[in-house]
Amino acid sequence: MTGSDTLESRPRRDRHRGRTRPVPIPLLVPALVGLAFLLLPLIALLVRAPWRSLPEQLTSAEVWEALRLSLLCAMAATVLSLVVGVPLAWLLARTRFPGRGFVRALVTLPLVLPPVVGGVALLLAFGRNGVIGQWLDSWFGITLPFTTTGVVLAETFVAMPFLVISVEGTLRAADPRYEEAATTLGASRFTAFRRVTLPLIAPGVAAGAVLAWARALGEFGATITFAGNFPGRTQTMPLAVYLALQNDPAAAIALSLVLLAVSIAVLAALRDRWMTAS
Amino acid sequence: MTRSAHRTRRILQVTGASAAALLTLSACSSSDPGTDAGSSSAKPSGTVTVFAAASLEESFKTLGKQFEQEHPGTKVTFNFGGSDTLAASITGGAPADVFAAASTKTMAIVTDRQDAAGTPATFVRNQLEIATLPGNPDRISSLKDLTRPGLKVVLCDKTVPCGTAAQKALDAGGLKLTPVSYEQDVKSALTKVELKEADAAIVYKTDVRAAGDKVEGVDFPESAEAVNDYPIAVLKNAPNPGTAKAFVALVRSAEGQKVLSRAGFLKP
Repeated sequence: MTGSDTLESRPRRDRHRGRTRPVPIPLLVPALVGLAFLLLPLIALLVRAPWRSLPEQLTSAEVWEALRLSLLCAMAATVLSLVVGVPLAWLLARTRFPGRGFVRALVTLPLVLPPVVGGVALLLAFGRNGVIGQWLDSWFGITLPFTTTGVVLAETFVAMPFLVISVEGTLRAADPRYEEAATTLGASRFTAFRRVTLPLIAPGVAAGAVLAWARALGEFGATITFAGNFPGRTQTMPLAVYLALQNDPAAAIALSLVLLAVSIAVLAALRDRWMTAS
Repeated sequence: MTRSAHRTRRILQVTGASAAALLTLSACSSSDPGTDAGSSSAKPSGTVTVFAAASLEESFKTLGKQFEQEHPGTKVTFNFGGSDTLAASITGGAPADVFAAASTKTMAIVTDRQDAAGTPATFVRNQLEIATLPGNPDRISSLKDLTRPGLKVVLCDKTVPCGTAAQKALDAGGLKLTPVSYEQDVKSALTKVELKEADAAIVYKTDVRAAGDKVEGVDFPESAEAVNDYPIAVLKNAPNPGTAKAFVALVRSAEGQKVLSRAGFLKP
Protein backbone atom coordinates (compact mmCIF):
# COMPACT_ATOMS: atom_id res chain seq x y z
CA MET A 1 0.00 0.00 0.00
CA THR A 2 2.66 2.52 1.02
CA GLY A 3 4.71 1.67 -2.04
CA SER A 4 1.92 2.43 -4.46
CA ASP A 5 1.07 5.64 -2.54
CA THR A 6 4.51 7.09 -3.04
CA LEU A 7 4.46 5.86 -6.58
CA GLU A 8 1.22 7.59 -7.54
CA SER A 9 0.84 10.64 -5.30
CA ARG A 10 4.25 12.17 -5.68
CA PRO A 11 4.34 14.83 -8.45
CA ARG A 12 6.69 13.85 -11.17
CA ARG A 13 8.75 17.05 -11.06
CA ASP A 14 9.50 16.40 -7.44
CA ARG A 15 11.77 13.45 -8.13
CA HIS A 16 15.24 13.97 -6.80
CA ARG A 17 18.16 11.69 -6.41
CA GLY A 18 18.01 9.59 -3.23
CA ARG A 19 14.29 10.08 -2.66
CA THR A 20 11.64 7.42 -3.26
CA ARG A 21 11.07 7.29 -6.95
CA PRO A 22 8.57 5.33 -9.04
CA VAL A 23 9.48 1.69 -9.55
CA PRO A 24 10.51 1.16 -13.18
CA ILE A 25 7.91 -0.86 -15.03
CA PRO A 26 10.44 -3.39 -16.43
CA LEU A 27 11.26 -4.26 -12.84
CA LEU A 28 7.76 -3.97 -11.39
CA VAL A 29 5.97 -6.27 -13.84
CA PRO A 30 8.33 -9.27 -13.55
CA ALA A 31 8.45 -8.70 -9.79
CA LEU A 32 4.67 -8.96 -9.54
CA VAL A 33 4.64 -12.00 -11.85
CA GLY A 34 7.23 -13.61 -9.60
CA LEU A 35 5.23 -12.79 -6.49
CA ALA A 36 2.03 -14.19 -7.98
CA PHE A 37 3.85 -17.33 -9.11
CA LEU A 38 5.09 -18.00 -5.59
CA LEU A 39 1.79 -17.25 -3.88
CA LEU A 40 -0.77 -18.79 -6.27
CA PRO A 41 0.00 -22.46 -5.45
CA LEU A 42 -0.40 -21.71 -1.75
CA ILE A 43 -3.69 -19.93 -2.39
CA ALA A 44 -4.84 -22.89 -4.52
CA LEU A 45 -4.07 -25.19 -1.60
CA LEU A 46 -6.34 -23.10 0.60
CA VAL A 47 -9.10 -22.82 -2.03
CA ARG A 48 -9.22 -26.57 -2.71
CA ALA A 49 -8.81 -27.63 0.91
CA PRO A 50 -11.53 -30.05 2.07
CA TRP A 51 -12.57 -27.69 4.87
CA ARG A 52 -15.63 -29.73 5.82
CA SER A 53 -13.89 -33.05 6.30
CA LEU A 54 -10.78 -31.34 7.65
CA PRO A 55 -11.47 -31.93 11.38
CA GLU A 56 -11.85 -35.65 10.88
CA GLN A 57 -8.83 -35.81 8.51
CA LEU A 58 -6.62 -34.09 11.05
CA THR A 59 -7.69 -36.02 14.11
CA SER A 60 -6.42 -39.31 12.73
CA ALA A 61 -3.57 -40.79 14.76
CA GLU A 62 -1.43 -41.23 11.66
CA VAL A 63 -1.32 -37.50 10.97
CA TRP A 64 -0.16 -36.66 14.48
CA GLU A 65 2.37 -39.45 14.42
CA ALA A 66 3.83 -38.12 11.19
CA LEU A 67 3.80 -34.52 12.46
CA ARG A 68 5.43 -35.45 15.77
CA LEU A 69 8.10 -37.43 13.94
CA SER A 70 8.71 -34.59 11.49
CA LEU A 71 9.15 -31.98 14.22
CA LEU A 72 11.33 -34.28 16.30
CA CYS A 73 13.61 -35.25 13.42
CA ALA A 74 13.90 -31.67 12.08
CA MET A 75 14.87 -30.49 15.59
CA ALA A 76 17.45 -33.25 16.02
CA ALA A 77 18.87 -32.57 12.55
CA THR A 78 19.18 -28.86 13.38
CA VAL A 79 20.96 -29.56 16.67
CA LEU A 80 23.32 -31.99 14.93
CA SER A 81 23.99 -29.39 12.22
CA LEU A 82 24.76 -26.77 14.86
CA VAL A 83 27.14 -29.01 16.78
CA VAL A 84 29.29 -29.87 13.78
CA GLY A 85 28.28 -27.14 11.31
CA VAL A 86 29.33 -24.05 13.32
CA PRO A 87 32.88 -25.36 13.92
CA LEU A 88 33.07 -26.31 10.25
CA ALA A 89 32.02 -22.80 9.23
CA TRP A 90 34.63 -21.34 11.60
CA LEU A 91 37.29 -23.56 10.05
CA LEU A 92 36.35 -22.37 6.55
CA ALA A 93 36.19 -18.69 7.53
CA ARG A 94 39.07 -18.28 9.96
CA THR A 95 41.82 -20.69 9.03
CA ARG A 96 43.97 -21.15 5.97
CA PHE A 97 44.78 -24.57 4.68
CA PRO A 98 45.55 -25.96 1.25
CA GLY A 99 42.45 -26.83 -0.75
CA ARG A 100 40.11 -24.72 1.38
CA GLY A 101 38.14 -23.54 -1.67
CA PHE A 102 37.72 -27.14 -2.73
CA VAL A 103 36.50 -28.17 0.71
CA ARG A 104 33.99 -25.33 0.70
CA ALA A 105 32.70 -26.47 -2.68
CA LEU A 106 32.28 -30.00 -1.31
CA VAL A 107 30.38 -28.68 1.70
CA THR A 108 27.90 -26.90 -0.52
CA LEU A 109 27.48 -29.89 -2.82
CA PRO A 110 24.39 -31.26 -1.01
CA LEU A 111 22.72 -27.91 -1.77
CA VAL A 112 22.68 -28.67 -5.48
CA LEU A 113 22.66 -32.47 -5.35
CA PRO A 114 19.22 -34.03 -5.95
CA PRO A 115 18.14 -35.32 -2.51
CA VAL A 116 17.45 -38.81 -3.90
CA VAL A 117 21.09 -38.99 -5.01
CA GLY A 118 22.01 -37.94 -1.49
CA GLY A 119 19.88 -40.79 -0.16
CA VAL A 120 21.59 -43.32 -2.41
CA ALA A 121 24.99 -41.99 -1.37
CA LEU A 122 24.01 -42.30 2.30
CA LEU A 123 22.94 -45.91 1.70
CA LEU A 124 26.27 -46.69 0.09
CA ALA A 125 28.11 -45.10 3.02
CA PHE A 126 26.01 -45.90 6.08
CA GLY A 127 23.81 -48.74 4.81
CA ARG A 128 24.07 -52.18 6.33
CA ASN A 129 26.36 -53.14 3.48
CA GLY A 130 27.87 -49.66 3.06
CA VAL A 131 31.47 -48.52 3.20
CA ILE A 132 31.19 -47.47 6.86
CA GLY A 133 27.87 -49.07 7.68
CA GLN A 134 29.17 -52.64 7.42
CA TRP A 135 31.63 -51.93 10.24
CA LEU A 136 28.98 -50.20 12.33
CA ASP A 137 26.88 -53.31 11.85
CA SER A 138 29.53 -55.93 12.62
CA TRP A 139 31.26 -54.06 15.47
CA PHE A 140 28.42 -52.32 17.26
CA GLY A 141 25.33 -53.97 15.78
CA ILE A 142 24.11 -50.55 14.62
CA THR A 143 22.12 -50.37 11.41
CA LEU A 144 20.89 -46.97 10.30
CA PRO A 145 18.55 -47.50 7.33
CA PHE A 146 14.86 -47.87 8.25
CA THR A 147 15.39 -46.16 11.63
CA THR A 148 14.45 -42.75 13.02
CA THR A 149 18.19 -42.05 13.40
CA GLY A 150 18.42 -42.67 9.66
CA VAL A 151 15.80 -39.97 9.08
CA VAL A 152 17.80 -37.52 11.21
CA LEU A 153 20.99 -38.32 9.29
CA ALA A 154 19.30 -37.90 5.92
CA GLU A 155 17.84 -34.56 7.00
CA THR A 156 21.15 -33.39 8.45
CA PHE A 157 22.98 -34.27 5.23
CA VAL A 158 20.61 -32.12 3.21
CA ALA A 159 20.13 -29.27 5.72
CA MET A 160 23.57 -28.67 7.23
CA PRO A 161 25.06 -26.87 4.19
CA PHE A 162 22.44 -24.12 4.68
CA LEU A 163 23.71 -23.55 8.20
CA VAL A 164 27.39 -23.70 7.24
CA ILE A 165 26.95 -21.19 4.40
CA SER A 166 24.97 -18.82 6.59
CA VAL A 167 27.39 -18.96 9.54
CA GLU A 168 30.46 -18.70 7.33
CA GLY A 169 29.04 -15.58 5.68
CA THR A 170 28.39 -13.99 9.07
CA LEU A 171 31.88 -14.91 10.27
CA ARG A 172 33.47 -13.29 7.22
CA ALA A 173 31.46 -10.13 7.79
CA ALA A 174 32.32 -10.02 11.51
CA ASP A 175 35.39 -8.01 12.46
CA PRO A 176 38.23 -10.46 13.38
CA ARG A 177 39.95 -7.73 15.44
CA TYR A 178 37.70 -8.43 18.44
CA GLU A 179 38.98 -11.98 18.52
CA GLU A 180 42.54 -10.79 18.01
CA ALA A 181 42.15 -8.34 20.89
CA ALA A 182 40.86 -11.15 23.11
CA THR A 183 43.79 -13.41 22.27
CA THR A 184 46.27 -10.56 22.84
CA LEU A 185 44.74 -10.17 26.28
CA GLY A 186 45.56 -13.79 27.05
CA ALA A 187 42.47 -15.69 25.99
CA SER A 188 43.04 -18.96 24.17
CA ARG A 189 41.75 -19.17 20.62
CA PHE A 190 38.91 -21.43 21.77
CA THR A 191 37.94 -19.08 24.62
CA ALA A 192 37.96 -16.18 22.16
CA PHE A 193 35.65 -18.16 19.89
CA ARG A 194 33.34 -19.07 22.73
CA ARG A 195 33.22 -15.71 24.54
CA VAL A 196 33.70 -13.22 21.73
CA THR A 197 32.99 -14.69 18.30
CA LEU A 198 29.95 -16.77 19.13
CA PRO A 199 27.92 -13.93 20.73
CA LEU A 200 28.95 -11.71 17.81
CA ILE A 201 27.65 -14.10 15.16
CA ALA A 202 24.61 -15.33 17.11
CA PRO A 203 22.06 -13.77 14.72
CA GLY A 204 23.74 -15.45 11.74
CA VAL A 205 23.82 -18.78 13.55
CA ALA A 206 20.13 -18.42 14.40
CA ALA A 207 19.19 -17.54 10.84
CA GLY A 208 21.19 -20.50 9.56
CA ALA A 209 19.53 -22.79 12.10
CA VAL A 210 16.07 -21.66 10.98
CA LEU A 211 16.97 -22.29 7.34
CA ALA A 212 18.38 -25.71 8.16
CA TRP A 213 15.32 -26.57 10.26
CA ALA A 214 12.95 -25.56 7.48
CA ARG A 215 14.90 -27.58 4.92
CA ALA A 216 14.96 -30.60 7.24
CA LEU A 217 11.22 -30.38 7.87
CA GLY A 218 10.48 -30.54 4.15
CA GLU A 219 13.04 -33.24 3.33
CA PHE A 220 11.63 -36.01 1.15
CA GLY A 221 14.00 -37.62 -1.35
CA ALA A 222 16.94 -38.50 0.87
CA THR A 223 14.63 -39.64 3.65
CA ILE A 224 12.50 -42.07 1.62
CA THR A 225 15.60 -43.43 -0.10
CA PHE A 226 17.76 -43.89 2.99
CA ALA A 227 15.27 -44.42 5.82
CA GLY A 228 12.33 -45.94 3.97
CA ASN A 229 8.74 -45.38 4.93
CA PHE A 230 7.18 -46.82 8.07
CA PRO A 231 4.44 -45.01 10.00
CA GLY A 232 5.63 -43.75 13.38
CA ARG A 233 9.26 -44.61 12.73
CA THR A 234 10.39 -43.10 9.46
CA GLN A 235 7.25 -41.72 7.83
CA THR A 236 7.60 -37.94 8.11
CA MET A 237 4.96 -35.49 6.89
CA PRO A 238 6.32 -35.05 3.35
CA LEU A 239 6.33 -38.84 2.89
CA ALA A 240 2.81 -39.09 4.26
CA VAL A 241 1.69 -36.33 1.86
CA TYR A 242 3.28 -38.06 -1.13
CA LEU A 243 1.75 -41.47 -0.39
CA ALA A 244 -1.65 -40.02 0.52
CA LEU A 245 -1.72 -38.16 -2.78
CA GLN A 246 -1.78 -41.51 -4.60
CA ASN A 247 -5.17 -42.65 -3.41
CA ASP A 248 -6.64 -39.95 -1.18
CA PRO A 249 -5.91 -36.43 -2.49
CA ALA A 250 -8.15 -34.84 0.16
CA ALA A 251 -5.99 -36.32 2.92
CA ALA A 252 -2.86 -35.13 1.10
CA ILE A 253 -4.22 -31.58 0.98
CA ALA A 254 -5.12 -31.71 4.67
CA LEU A 255 -1.61 -32.89 5.54
CA SER A 256 -0.09 -30.20 3.34
CA LEU A 257 -2.13 -27.56 5.16
CA VAL A 258 -0.76 -28.76 8.51
CA LEU A 259 2.81 -28.59 7.21
CA LEU A 260 2.18 -25.15 5.74
CA ALA A 261 0.68 -23.88 9.00
CA VAL A 262 3.59 -25.22 11.04
CA SER A 263 6.16 -23.68 8.71
CA ILE A 264 4.44 -20.28 8.70
CA ALA A 265 4.02 -20.32 12.48
CA VAL A 266 7.67 -21.11 13.12
CA LEU A 267 9.03 -18.62 10.59
CA ALA A 268 6.73 -15.89 11.96
CA ALA A 269 7.68 -16.64 15.55
CA LEU A 270 11.38 -16.57 14.80
CA ARG A 271 11.35 -13.61 12.45
CA ASP A 272 10.96 -10.96 15.15
CA ARG A 273 13.38 -12.57 17.50
CA TRP A 274 16.24 -13.54 15.24
CA MET A 275 15.91 -12.92 11.55
CA THR A 276 15.71 -9.13 11.76
CA ALA A 277 18.44 -8.87 14.37
CA SER A 278 21.12 -9.38 11.75
CA MET B 1 5.18 14.14 -23.27
CA THR B 2 8.27 12.39 -24.49
CA ARG B 3 8.69 10.80 -21.11
CA SER B 4 5.19 9.36 -21.09
CA ALA B 5 5.56 8.14 -24.66
CA HIS B 6 8.79 6.53 -23.61
CA ARG B 7 7.02 4.86 -20.74
CA THR B 8 4.18 3.55 -22.89
CA ARG B 9 6.71 2.02 -25.23
CA ARG B 10 8.37 0.37 -22.25
CA ILE B 11 5.09 -1.09 -21.10
CA LEU B 12 4.47 -2.45 -24.58
CA GLN B 13 7.94 -3.96 -24.66
CA VAL B 14 7.46 -5.67 -21.35
CA THR B 15 3.98 -6.97 -22.04
CA GLY B 16 5.19 -8.13 -25.43
CA ALA B 17 8.03 -10.01 -23.83
CA SER B 18 5.81 -11.67 -21.26
CA ALA B 19 3.26 -12.60 -23.90
CA ALA B 20 6.02 -14.15 -25.97
CA ALA B 21 7.21 -16.07 -22.92
CA LEU B 22 3.72 -17.37 -22.26
CA LEU B 23 3.31 -18.40 -25.88
CA THR B 24 6.57 -20.31 -25.75
CA LEU B 25 5.43 -22.07 -22.60
CA SER B 26 2.07 -23.11 -24.00
CA ALA B 27 3.67 -24.11 -27.28
CA CYS B 28 5.86 -26.56 -25.41
CA SER B 29 2.88 -28.40 -24.07
CA SER B 30 0.92 -28.73 -27.27
CA SER B 31 3.13 -28.83 -30.32
CA ASP B 32 5.71 -31.55 -30.03
CA PRO B 33 3.98 -34.95 -29.84
CA GLY B 34 2.67 -35.32 -33.39
CA THR B 35 0.28 -32.43 -34.04
CA ASP B 36 -0.98 -34.27 -37.11
CA ALA B 37 -2.47 -36.95 -34.87
CA GLY B 38 -5.97 -36.23 -36.14
CA SER B 39 -5.49 -38.66 -38.99
CA SER B 40 -5.59 -41.73 -36.76
CA SER B 41 -5.89 -44.19 -39.65
CA ALA B 42 -2.64 -42.95 -41.16
CA LYS B 43 0.58 -44.80 -40.48
CA PRO B 44 2.13 -44.27 -37.04
CA SER B 45 4.34 -41.21 -36.65
CA GLY B 46 5.61 -38.77 -34.04
CA THR B 47 6.11 -39.29 -30.35
CA VAL B 48 3.94 -41.58 -28.28
CA THR B 49 4.09 -41.20 -24.51
CA VAL B 50 3.50 -44.34 -22.47
CA PHE B 51 2.84 -44.27 -18.72
CA ALA B 52 3.55 -47.77 -17.42
CA ALA B 53 3.80 -49.58 -14.10
CA ALA B 54 7.35 -49.87 -12.76
CA SER B 55 7.29 -53.66 -13.18
CA LEU B 56 6.90 -53.30 -16.96
CA GLU B 57 10.11 -51.31 -17.39
CA GLU B 58 12.39 -53.92 -18.99
CA SER B 59 9.88 -55.52 -21.35
CA PHE B 60 8.28 -52.23 -22.43
CA LYS B 61 11.68 -50.74 -23.19
CA THR B 62 12.35 -53.71 -25.46
CA LEU B 63 8.94 -53.32 -27.09
CA GLY B 64 9.50 -49.56 -27.48
CA LYS B 65 12.72 -50.16 -29.45
CA GLN B 66 10.96 -52.79 -31.55
CA PHE B 67 8.11 -50.34 -32.28
CA GLU B 68 10.51 -47.59 -33.33
CA GLN B 69 12.26 -50.00 -35.68
CA GLU B 70 9.02 -51.23 -37.24
CA HIS B 71 7.69 -47.69 -37.68
CA PRO B 72 10.54 -45.36 -38.67
CA GLY B 73 9.89 -41.77 -37.62
CA THR B 74 8.19 -42.71 -34.38
CA LYS B 75 9.56 -42.27 -30.91
CA VAL B 76 8.27 -44.00 -27.79
CA THR B 77 8.91 -42.19 -24.50
CA PHE B 78 8.18 -43.87 -21.19
CA ASN B 79 7.26 -42.79 -17.71
CA PHE B 80 7.63 -45.74 -15.34
CA GLY B 81 6.43 -45.50 -11.76
CA GLY B 82 3.98 -46.68 -9.14
CA SER B 83 0.62 -47.24 -10.90
CA ASP B 84 -1.17 -44.96 -8.43
CA THR B 85 1.25 -42.09 -8.98
CA LEU B 86 0.83 -42.48 -12.73
CA ALA B 87 -2.97 -42.63 -12.46
CA ALA B 88 -2.94 -39.50 -10.32
CA SER B 89 -0.82 -37.61 -12.84
CA ILE B 90 -3.09 -38.73 -15.71
CA THR B 91 -6.25 -37.53 -13.94
CA GLY B 92 -4.25 -34.41 -13.10
CA GLY B 93 -3.79 -33.74 -16.82
CA ALA B 94 -0.38 -35.20 -17.66
CA PRO B 95 0.03 -35.45 -21.47
CA ALA B 96 0.11 -39.25 -21.89
CA ASP B 97 -1.10 -41.42 -24.78
CA VAL B 98 -1.13 -44.89 -23.22
CA PHE B 99 -1.56 -46.10 -19.66
CA ALA B 100 -0.51 -49.61 -18.63
CA ALA B 101 -1.33 -50.25 -14.97
CA ALA B 102 -0.36 -53.07 -12.63
CA SER B 103 -3.90 -53.52 -11.33
CA THR B 104 -7.49 -53.04 -12.44
CA LYS B 105 -8.04 -50.86 -9.37
CA THR B 106 -5.50 -48.26 -10.46
CA MET B 107 -6.83 -48.37 -14.03
CA ALA B 108 -10.29 -47.73 -12.55
CA ILE B 109 -9.03 -44.40 -11.16
CA VAL B 110 -8.50 -43.31 -14.76
CA THR B 111 -11.64 -44.92 -16.25
CA ASP B 112 -13.84 -43.54 -13.45
CA ARG B 113 -12.81 -40.06 -14.50
CA GLN B 114 -13.60 -40.97 -18.13
CA ASP B 115 -10.00 -40.30 -19.04
CA ALA B 116 -9.58 -43.54 -21.00
CA ALA B 117 -10.81 -43.94 -24.57
CA GLY B 118 -12.62 -47.28 -24.76
CA THR B 119 -12.46 -50.19 -22.36
CA PRO B 120 -9.05 -51.17 -20.97
CA ALA B 121 -7.86 -54.65 -21.98
CA THR B 122 -5.91 -57.03 -19.76
CA PHE B 123 -2.67 -57.85 -21.57
CA VAL B 124 -0.68 -59.82 -18.95
CA ARG B 125 -0.90 -61.07 -15.40
CA ASN B 126 1.81 -61.07 -12.78
CA GLN B 127 2.39 -63.23 -9.75
CA LEU B 128 4.23 -62.36 -6.56
CA GLU B 129 7.49 -63.92 -5.49
CA ILE B 130 9.78 -63.44 -2.51
CA ALA B 131 13.10 -61.81 -3.39
CA THR B 132 15.92 -62.81 -1.06
CA LEU B 133 19.63 -62.10 -0.95
CA PRO B 134 21.74 -64.12 -3.42
CA GLY B 135 22.14 -67.68 -2.16
CA ASN B 136 19.22 -67.19 0.24
CA PRO B 137 21.43 -66.99 3.38
CA ASP B 138 18.40 -66.69 5.69
CA ARG B 139 16.97 -69.92 4.20
CA ILE B 140 13.56 -68.43 3.47
CA SER B 141 11.30 -71.08 1.95
CA SER B 142 7.78 -69.86 2.67
CA LEU B 143 5.76 -66.73 3.25
CA LYS B 144 5.61 -67.65 6.94
CA ASP B 145 9.43 -67.50 7.17
CA LEU B 146 9.22 -63.76 6.46
CA THR B 147 7.49 -63.20 9.80
CA ARG B 148 10.56 -64.48 11.68
CA PRO B 149 11.75 -61.86 14.18
CA GLY B 150 14.96 -60.06 13.25
CA LEU B 151 14.41 -60.48 9.55
CA LYS B 152 14.29 -57.18 7.66
CA VAL B 153 11.50 -57.37 5.11
CA VAL B 154 10.30 -54.55 2.85
CA LEU B 155 6.85 -54.43 1.28
CA CYS B 156 5.30 -52.09 -1.25
CA ASP B 157 3.06 -49.44 0.26
CA LYS B 158 -0.61 -50.44 0.43
CA THR B 159 -1.43 -47.66 -2.03
CA VAL B 160 0.44 -49.40 -4.88
CA PRO B 161 -0.70 -52.68 -6.52
CA CYS B 162 2.23 -54.83 -5.36
CA GLY B 163 1.46 -53.77 -1.80
CA THR B 164 -2.23 -54.59 -2.12
CA ALA B 165 -1.37 -57.96 -3.64
CA ALA B 166 1.17 -58.75 -0.91
CA GLN B 167 -1.44 -57.93 1.72
CA LYS B 168 -3.93 -60.23 -0.03
CA ALA B 169 -1.41 -63.08 -0.05
CA LEU B 170 -0.59 -62.54 3.63
CA ASP B 171 -4.29 -62.52 4.49
CA ALA B 172 -4.76 -65.73 2.48
CA GLY B 173 -2.06 -67.37 4.59
CA GLY B 174 -3.48 -65.89 7.80
CA LEU B 175 -0.13 -64.19 8.45
CA LYS B 176 0.77 -60.89 10.05
CA LEU B 177 3.97 -59.28 8.84
CA THR B 178 5.57 -56.08 10.11
CA PRO B 179 8.05 -54.84 7.50
CA VAL B 180 10.82 -52.32 8.12
CA SER B 181 9.49 -50.12 5.35
CA TYR B 182 6.55 -49.64 2.98
CA GLU B 183 8.25 -48.63 -0.28
CA GLN B 184 6.64 -46.29 -2.79
CA ASP B 185 6.91 -48.72 -5.72
CA VAL B 186 8.01 -52.26 -6.50
CA LYS B 187 11.41 -51.23 -7.89
CA SER B 188 12.42 -49.40 -4.73
CA ALA B 189 11.39 -52.44 -2.68
CA LEU B 190 13.59 -54.64 -4.87
CA THR B 191 16.46 -52.14 -4.74
CA LYS B 192 16.55 -52.40 -0.94
CA VAL B 193 17.28 -56.14 -1.31
CA GLU B 194 19.74 -55.62 -4.17
CA LEU B 195 21.69 -53.21 -1.95
CA LYS B 196 21.47 -55.81 0.85
CA GLU B 197 19.77 -53.28 3.13
CA ALA B 198 16.79 -55.60 3.52
CA ASP B 199 16.84 -59.39 3.78
CA ALA B 200 13.76 -59.96 1.68
CA ALA B 201 10.97 -58.23 -0.22
CA ILE B 202 7.67 -59.33 -1.70
CA VAL B 203 7.83 -58.30 -5.33
CA TYR B 204 6.70 -59.62 -8.71
CA LYS B 205 8.22 -62.65 -10.40
CA THR B 206 9.17 -60.36 -13.27
CA ASP B 207 11.19 -58.11 -10.99
CA VAL B 208 13.12 -61.06 -9.58
CA ARG B 209 13.89 -62.21 -13.10
CA ALA B 210 14.94 -58.71 -14.22
CA ALA B 211 17.32 -58.39 -11.27
CA GLY B 212 19.32 -61.38 -12.53
CA ASP B 213 21.70 -62.84 -9.94
CA LYS B 214 21.47 -59.85 -7.61
CA VAL B 215 18.52 -61.47 -5.84
CA GLU B 216 17.12 -64.98 -5.53
CA GLY B 217 13.43 -65.76 -6.00
CA VAL B 218 11.34 -67.96 -3.71
CA ASP B 219 7.89 -69.07 -4.87
CA PHE B 220 5.08 -69.36 -2.35
CA PRO B 221 1.64 -70.96 -2.78
CA GLU B 222 -0.31 -68.00 -1.36
CA SER B 223 0.73 -65.93 -4.40
CA ALA B 224 -1.93 -67.76 -6.42
CA GLU B 225 -4.51 -65.81 -4.39
CA ALA B 226 -3.04 -62.50 -5.42
CA VAL B 227 -2.42 -62.55 -9.15
CA ASN B 228 -2.54 -59.04 -10.64
CA ASP B 229 -4.24 -58.27 -13.95
CA TYR B 230 -2.40 -55.65 -15.99
CA PRO B 231 -4.80 -53.53 -18.07
CA ILE B 232 -3.72 -51.22 -20.89
CA ALA B 233 -5.72 -48.37 -22.48
CA VAL B 234 -5.32 -45.49 -24.91
CA LEU B 235 -6.17 -42.27 -23.09
CA LYS B 236 -8.96 -39.97 -24.13
CA ASN B 237 -6.82 -36.85 -24.27
CA ALA B 238 -3.96 -38.65 -25.99
CA PRO B 239 -1.93 -36.16 -28.05
CA ASN B 240 -1.13 -38.92 -30.56
CA PRO B 241 -3.98 -41.50 -30.49
CA GLY B 242 -3.18 -43.19 -33.82
CA THR B 243 0.34 -44.16 -32.87
CA ALA B 244 -0.86 -44.99 -29.36
CA LYS B 245 -3.28 -47.58 -30.77
CA ALA B 246 -0.50 -49.09 -32.86
CA PHE B 247 1.68 -49.42 -29.77
CA VAL B 248 -1.10 -51.11 -27.78
CA ALA B 249 -1.62 -53.48 -30.72
CA LEU B 250 2.07 -54.43 -30.60
CA VAL B 251 1.88 -55.07 -26.85
CA ARG B 252 -1.13 -57.37 -27.32
CA SER B 253 0.24 -59.13 -30.42
CA ALA B 254 1.87 -62.57 -30.32
CA GLU B 255 5.20 -60.83 -30.78
CA GLY B 256 4.62 -58.55 -27.79
CA GLN B 257 3.38 -61.40 -25.64
CA LYS B 258 6.58 -63.29 -26.40
CA VAL B 259 8.69 -60.44 -24.99
CA LEU B 260 6.43 -60.16 -21.94
CA SER B 261 6.38 -63.87 -21.11
CA ARG B 262 10.14 -63.98 -21.51
CA ALA B 263 10.21 -61.38 -18.70
CA GLY B 264 8.15 -63.68 -16.51
CA PHE B 265 4.62 -62.36 -17.08
CA LEU B 266 1.69 -64.78 -17.28
CA LYS B 267 -0.71 -64.86 -20.23
CA PRO B 268 -3.96 -62.94 -19.64
